[in-house]
Amino acid sequence: MFSFDKSSRSISGLCSGLMFAVLPAFALAESAGHYGYGSPATEEQIQAWDIDIRPDGQGLPEGSGSVEEGMGIYETYCSSCHGAFGEGMGRYPKLSGGEGSLTEDRPEKTIGSYWPYASTLWDYIHRAMPFFAPQSLTDDQVYALTAYVLNLNYIVDGDFVANKDTLPQVKMPNEDGFIWEDPRPEVTNVRCMEDCKDEVTVSDSAADKNLTPSTTGPLDEGLTE
Amino acid sequence: MLGKLRRLNQAVSEIALKESERLPSNERRRFLRSGLFTAGGAMVGGALGGLSPRLGAAQTQYPPEIPSWTRSLGAGVVSDPYGVPSPFEKDVIRRNVPWLTADKVSSISFSPLQHLKGIITPNGLFFERHHAGRPEIDPQQHRLMIHGLVERPIVLSMEDLQRFPSVSQINFIECPANGGMEWRGAQLNSLQFLHGMVSCAEWTGVRLSTLLQEVGMKPEGKWLLAEGADGAAMTRSIPMEKALDDVIVAFAQNGEALRREQGYPIRLVVPGWEGNTHVKWLRRLEVGDKPWMQREETSKYTDLMPDGTAHGFTWVMEAKSVITSPCPEMPVRGKGVCQIEGLAWSGRGKVKAVDVSVDGGRNWQQAQLREPVMSKSLTRFSLEWNWDGSPALLQSRVIDETGYVQPTLGQLKAVRGTNSIYHKNAIQTWQISGDGSVTNVQL
Repeated sequence: MFSFDKSSRSISGLCSGLMFAVLPAFALAESAGHYGYGSPATEEQIQAWDIDIRPDGQGLPEGSGSVEEGMGIYETYCSSCHGAFGEGMGRYPKLSGGEGSLTEDRPEKTIGSYWPYASTLWDYIHRAMPFFAPQSLTDDQVYALTAYVLNLNYIVDGDFVANKDTLPQVKMPNEDGFIWEDPRPEVTNVRCMEDCKDEVTVSDSAADKNLTPSTTGPLDEGLTE
Repeated sequence: MLGKLRRLNQAVSEIALKESERLPSNERRRFLRSGLFTAGGAMVGGALGGLSPRLGAAQTQYPPEIPSWTRSLGAGVVSDPYGVPSPFEKDVIRRNVPWLTADKVSSISFSPLQHLKGIITPNGLFFERHHAGRPEIDPQQHRLMIHGLVERPIVLSMEDLQRFPSVSQINFIECPANGGMEWRGAQLNSLQFLHGMVSCAEWTGVRLSTLLQEVGMKPEGKWLLAEGADGAAMTRSIPMEKALDDVIVAFAQNGEALRREQGYPIRLVVPGWEGNTHVKWLRRLEVGDKPWMQREETSKYTDLMPDGTAHGFTWVMEAKSVITSPCPEMPVRGKGVCQIEGLAWSGRGKVKAVDVSVDGGRNWQQAQLREPVMSKSLTRFSLEWNWDGSPALLQSRVIDETGYVQPTLGQLKAVRGTNSIYHKNAIQTWQISGDGSVTNVQL
C-alpha cells in the first residue's frame, strides 16, 4: 500500500512509532525520501533536461521564428528527406497535403491532415530533428521551422511568427478527429466449437508474392518492394 | 606438476594421432597438416573437434559410427568467455524487411519465433525497434531524473537505482504494428516477419511506485512522461493509475544487464501495453496533471478508423495467438502424428484457453496450455494432430481471463477497416498443402 499525501504519511509515521528503524526516515521527510538515494535535482539540471511541450503551451521557451526564416532553415536541414514542399522522399515522411484523405482508401496522414496539436510539432522538431543531428537547433530555429511547416500546410499565413504565445493559439484542422479513450474491446467473437460456419474460402495467399525476405542464411539485403 | 601435464599432453597427442588413422584419408591429411597435435596435446581436442563441421555429407557420425567428438577432447572452459550459440544455429537470427522502412536507424527487426522454444526469448533474439538507432550509453554517465509534480525531484545514478528494492517479472513486449502489413491482404510468407515483433523476458528492476513514493508525488499528479536518452528522445505519456500498478524501471533482462537494443542501462517495462510505451534508454520521468500529446502518441501509434476519426491512447495489447509449428518456415514433416505448437498472450492478464482448428475455423479443439501460465506473458500451447496428408487450414484462437475471444480478421476489419495499421490481433490462418508446405493465407 502506498499513500502519497502528506497527512497520511505523518499518520503512518505515528502508527509506526514503535518501529525505530522507520523513524529517522520520517524525520527527514521534507528533504529526502525513505531511502534517500541519489541527489536532489537542481533547478539548472531540470531546466536543461525538461524539454517537453504540452498543447496548452506549457514548456515553450522564449524566442520566436517566422515563416520566412523557416524557409531557409527547412531547405538546409529538412528538404533532403521531406522534400522541398513537405511532399516526402521515398519512405521518409510526408509533412503536407492529404487534406480530406482520412476516409479514402489510401489516406495520407500528414501534419496538416492528421496531427492534432501544433505544440507536438515544436516538441518533436526540437527533440528529434534533424534526423541526423537531433537537438542541434536553437529555439528560434525551431520556432521558425514550426511556423514554416504550418504554413506549408496552409494552417497559418505567410506573415505568421511563432512564439510561446502564438503557437498554443493555432488550432490544427484534425484536432477534433481524435477520440482519446480506448473503445476496445470493440470486436466480439464467440467461442463456438463445432459447425461454426458453412463454408471456408481462401480469399488471399502470400504464395508467389515475392515480398518475403529470406529466413535462412545471411540477412537479406536485396529484396525491395 | 608441469612434467605431469607434459606427459599427459604427450599421451593425448599419441591417442589423437592414432585416432586420426580412423578418419577418412583426406580428413587425416588435413588433420596432420594442421600440425596442431605437435604443438601440444591440449590443442588436439580443439583440432579434432574442429574437424566435425567439415566432414562431408558422405561421412556420418551417427550409429553405428562413433562420432569424432566422442573420441576427442572438446574446447576448454572460457573458450568463449561470454557464450555464443553453436555455429550450426547461424540461421537463428533477428531479421528485417528492407522495404519496410527508409533506413535501419529508425526501423524494426523480427524475432525468429519459428526457432524459439518455451516462452522466454533469448536476449540476442529479442525483437528491436529503434526510432533513432541504438545509442551506446556509458552507465557511469547515465542519469535518471524524476521531477515535475513531486516534493523532492531527484537525479539517480545507475548505482543509486540498483540500491532500491527490486522485483522480477516475466512479461511479453509487442510492437502494436506486429502484423500491420497484412490488413489489406496476405503479403509475407513467414512466421518471423508476420508475428516476430513480440518477445518475452524476465525483467528485473525497481517498481515505479517505489520511486514515485520516494520523490513524494503531489496529489494533482495524474500522468507520467517517460523519456529516452536516444536520438529520438522517445517519449510517451502514461496515466498514473498504470504507472503505480505494475510498471518497473528495469535494469536486467533474463538475469543479465539489459542488452543495448533493449535500452541499456535502463528501460521502462509497462506490462501488457504496446511496445513503444516501454521507453528504452530511460533518462527522465516527469509527473504532470495532463498528457503531453507527444509525436509518438498523436501522429504515430494512433488508430485511423474507416470514418476518418482516430483512436488515441489504445495502449493495451489485446489477446492474440499464433501457431508457431507448423508455419511457413517449419513445414509438416510427413503424414502421421504432428505436434501443433504455438504462442498466446494477452495484455489484459492471463491466457485462459487456446483452441485450434484444422479446417479453417469450422470446428475447434481445445489445446493444452503449458506451464507456466502467467499474466501478460507469452504462454505456449500444443495439440497433437494426426495429419492424413490432405490439405488443411490451421488456426489458433486465444481466450483470455477477461473472457475476450481473439477475433477473426473479417470481424476486426468490419470495425477497423484496413488503415489503422496497429493492433491487428486477428486469428492467423496457415494453409497446409498435400506436401506439408505451409502458406500464409487469409479467409
